[in-house]
Amino acid sequence: MSPTQNRRDFLKKTATVAGLTTIAPGILFYNVSQAKPDGEAVTSKVRWGMLIDTTKCATGCTDCVDACTKEHGLNDNVSAEVAPQWIRKVGLRDKQTGKETSLPMLCQHCEEPPCVDVCPTGASFKRADGIVLVDKHTCIGCRYCMMACPYKARSFIHETLENQKPHSPRGKGTVESCTFCVHKVDKGEQPACVEACSNADHNAIIFGDIKDPESEISKKLAEVSSTALRADMKLNPGVRYQGI
Amino acid sequence: MKLYLLLTQIGFGLLLSLAVNAIEKPTPPKANKQFSTEQACVEPIDIMRRYHGHFLKHHRDDTMHSGVRTTQHSLVECINCHVTADDHGNYPSVKDGSEHFCRSCHNYAAVTIDCFQCHASKPEKK
Ligand code: SF4
Ligand code: SF4
Repeated sequence: MSPTQNRRDFLKKTATVAGLTTIAPGILFYNVSQAKPDGEAVTSKVRWGMLIDTTKCATGCTDCVDACTKEHGLNDNVSAEVAPQWIRKVGLRDKQTGKETSLPMLCQHCEEPPCVDVCPTGASFKRADGIVLVDKHTCIGCRYCMMACPYKARSFIHETLENQKPHSPRGKGTVESCTFCVHKVDKGEQPACVEACSNADHNAIIFGDIKDPESEISKKLAEVSSTALRADMKLNPGVRYQGI
Repeated sequence: MKLYLLLTQIGFGLLLSLAVNAIEKPTPPKANKQFSTEQACVEPIDIMRRYHGHFLKHHRDDTMHSGVRTTQHSLVECINCHVTADDHGNYPSVKDGSEHFCRSCHNYAAVTIDCFQCHASKPEKK
């Protein structure tokens, strides 16, 4: 073990190697939901995506929203009228039939993100694995991205913040939106909203690698019909909805 | 004229010595643990004193843009190791005083740190 490699890293790397399973001689099956080694950069071999089954999403349930708020400390010491929303519940009503649907709206992690196109500083960017983020070190708070986002997914921070979470740095004068819980995903975990939804036994959200044909989400996407919101804009969102 | 010059010189000398006495050398609090048996911090101390800003900035871009999550040069780990609680379990403020590890030297050097407008300045309570 080199002096620069601590025990935890060593154990993690060993665990990753153990995640390689031999299915047949000469063929290795690599489970991608396994955490990537800490020192490795993310690649475009993976694209993170989400499939939301609106038929399982109950009107009035806010488990995902609450989990997000808690995970990122979104409501800590902010005035209600300017509280950021990374994920929110939206109600739909079919005027013809009267059918009502409830669904969570969040950053759709577009493949062709307009927020990135308009950003004058390069602060809005898309990671190789498809996660769209704001680099707040470079964001000047101009809010062009908020205007450009067709899904109203972004929030501006108006007030001085205190006691931010170490894994989720946030501050006044910058724009933010859902990060797909990138700090958890990089460790091989699921986003907080997905965990909350399944912990409550609703199981309305599947998260995973849509480029891996063996992942749960890819298999489901191949099987059921799902919708990209505002598909006419050809942004190819990473979030898709089932049952609308 | 000569006398006047001499007096001013003495005056300056006095001022200088006063100023030097008034500014206390920073005494940053002790870290939680050693990095390794051979090395106190994640890089040799003299390198850290001069280049910690470079390490942090380089690592911040790697983490933000490429998802590199190593801990050696991560700000969160600096805080976890260097910001220590007092006997009552309270952490020093990054806003005032010079008890906070980062502030102790930055006050002395009169260099403002903006990191903690967004980043947590103390370890997360478990
Ligand atoms: S949903 Fe909005 S914020 Fe998210 S990637 Fe698309 S345009 Fe950008
Ligand atoms: S608010 Fe920040 S992220 Fe959004 S467009 Fe302006 S600089 Fe870019």
